[in-house]
Amino acid sequence: MDQFIINLLFVGGSFALYIGIAIWAKAGSTSDFYVAGGGVHPITNGAAIGADWMSAASFISMAGLIAAGGYANSTFLMGWTGGYVLLAMLLAPYLRKFGKFTVPEFIGDRFYSRNARFVAVACLIVASVTYVIGQMAGAGVAFSRFLEVDSTMGLIIAAVVIFIYAVLGGMKGITYTQVAQYCVLIVAYTIPAVFISLQLTGNALPPLGLFSTHVESGVPLLEKLDQIITELGFRDYTADVDNKLNMVLFTLSLMIGTAGLPHVIIRFFTVPKVADARWSAGWALVFIALLYLTAPAVASMARLNLMTTIYPDGVEGQAIEYDERPQWIQEWEVTGLIQFEDKNNDGRIQFYNDGNAEFADEAEARGWEGNEFTYNNDILVLANPEIANLPGWVIGLIAAGGLAAALSTAAGLLLAISSAVSHDLIKGGFKPDISEKGELLAARISMAVAIVLATYLGANPPGFAAQVVALAFGIAAASLFPALMMGIFFKRINNVGAISGMLAGLGATLVYIFIFLGWFFIPGTNNLANTPDNWLLGISPLSFGAVGAIINFAVAFAVSHATEEPPVEIQELVESVRYPRGSGKATDH
Amino acid sequence: MSGHDYDAVNYWKANLRLIFGSLIVWALVSYGFAILLRPMLAGIPIGGTDLGFWFAQQGSILTFIALIFHYAWRMNKLDEKFDVHEE
Repeated sequence: MDQFIINLLFVGGSFALYIGIAIWAKAGSTSDFYVAGGGVHPITNGAAIGADWMSAASFISMAGLIAAGGYANSTFLMGWTGGYVLLAMLLAPYLRKFGKFTVPEFIGDRFYSRNARFVAVACLIVASVTYVIGQMAGAGVAFSRFLEVDSTMGLIIAAVVIFIYAVLGGMKGITYTQVAQYCVLIVAYTIPAVFISLQLTGNALPPLGLFSTHVESGVPLLEKLDQIITELGFRDYTADVDNKLNMVLFTLSLMIGTAGLPHVIIRFFTVPKVADARWSAGWALVFIALLYLTAPAVASMARLNLMTTIYPDGVEGQAIEYDERPQWIQEWEVTGLIQFEDKNNDGRIQFYNDGNAEFADEAEARGWEGNEFTYNNDILVLANPEIANLPGWVIGLIAAGGLAAALSTAAGLLLAISSAVSHDLIKGGFKPDISEKGELLAARISMAVAIVLATYLGANPPGFAAQVVALAFGIAAASLFPALMMGIFFKRINNVGAISGMLAGLGATLVYIFIFLGWFFIPGTNNLANTPDNWLLGISPLSFGAVGAIINFAVAFAVSHATEEPPVEIQELVESVRYPRGSGKATDH
Repeated sequence: MSGHDYDAVNYWKANLRLIFGSLIVWALVSYGFAILLRPMLAGIPIGGTDLGFWFAQQGSILTFIALIFHYAWRMNKLDEKFDVHEE
């Protein structure tokens, strides 16, 4: 059967499933729409959190990043999982006990201030909108590669599917489609990995294969990889990192950013009990770990496969002739994500690190005149089945899996945005007397508007799209996480302290990012070149969220202690969120 | 919580102790073993590399899972012991 038909069957079949679930799980009340009625089982919720959290970045990009950076990019693995420990112990159970619908609502009530609530809404919307652009763009790429449609057309198809199940079902529809999407994406991710691990190491479990012996050469897989790439002038895969401060702060920014992202936090409002919120954090991490433990194995194995494809006789031998390149290289060249330029006109694909001065002599001796092969990190996962010569249905599965990862995260983000608009801005701000029916309608309309906006931005991504994802983590880390944590753990923090803390943390982070990446990301407006020598103490703009969080804590403490204690009823509110008894379902009252 | 004041204070202290202990382990495996202390663990080989690399790519994630389940299990016991559990 034609590969196009197979892909169409897999993607079409998965979409039909999501729409079927949406019709089955239609939302009838605001409680259904915002928190799925509050009756989701912790394991179900764990799987939904897994899909909600694992985006196109986790599914498509992460293994490619690790393959390129080796040990240095382990930061993504630790950073995007360690946040769940913080969620489970510092936020989720208490916010569940608080028992309302949105994250800004807690900040507004706890700091007895509408302004605090609006600052939180602004942070939430900026963080979520920047994040959703990446998902829509990712869905567009997957469509254009696997279904041979124009990527704008692909985006519109994706938007219509999300529209159907998110607008109709709200959190209830999203929850059950996310469970289905989790199953699709994890199967799609692990099946090719198992095959490749078997081929290279004889071990069917990729995480164990990573530390096993490479069957062909008889040396450990990672040692073999280190050997091959260092002989081509690349950096040792397992090499240690010099700038440890930046590595620590980057990991910390990802962890607290993860814990502060509203679309993840609201998933904990859907379980019946406080104890369930704790369990679902654990289950969520189990489901996430299935992919995150596979990713580093995929990374090193795909990199090794790529090297042996290009140097079939070993790195001492000749590189492969361009005319004999495998089918998958030809297919990905069409998309522009793989590029070849025959600099020394020998008809062979020399792939090495021409930026390494120490390797220049050897390259010259071999008659090489520069690296001739470049590839986009994102293709490693998508091309994985083709690199390993797996059957066509595995490729169809990858297509459906990549789309599931992008759509499930987009839906969660869109729900966080629309509930902040309808519940925090409209009901909590401009029109407090709105009826439940009116609010439900407002929620659906804001969801629809958010989808249209996200689709437009996904089709016309602003030039700074890649940088703004870092912004989402920076904002969540520097503003929302500290405010939520202090609201639960420190009774003395008052309204003025919390607002000044959020603004100071957010402001410092934005200024630091803008100095290096341009004011409001307008190219050419940056004050300093974005290079490590310019960074303050070697801290990259992407790592600054953790510093912003520390500033937030410090300012909030200083200002709160210089001003009045919070009123007694607020201190009682803090007491009540600390003890599980009397939780009940999430309500509006 | 007026009827449970004494218990409530100790319940919260016990929770804080548990969180504090868990976060020490959390930081030790990720920021410690996987990053800052990696050179010290360089002598311990594991599958073609060293223990620090294993913690960075697998060990810390496995530890995080264990920490959350341990916390959830211990907190359920504490909820019942201090009689603040849900009906």
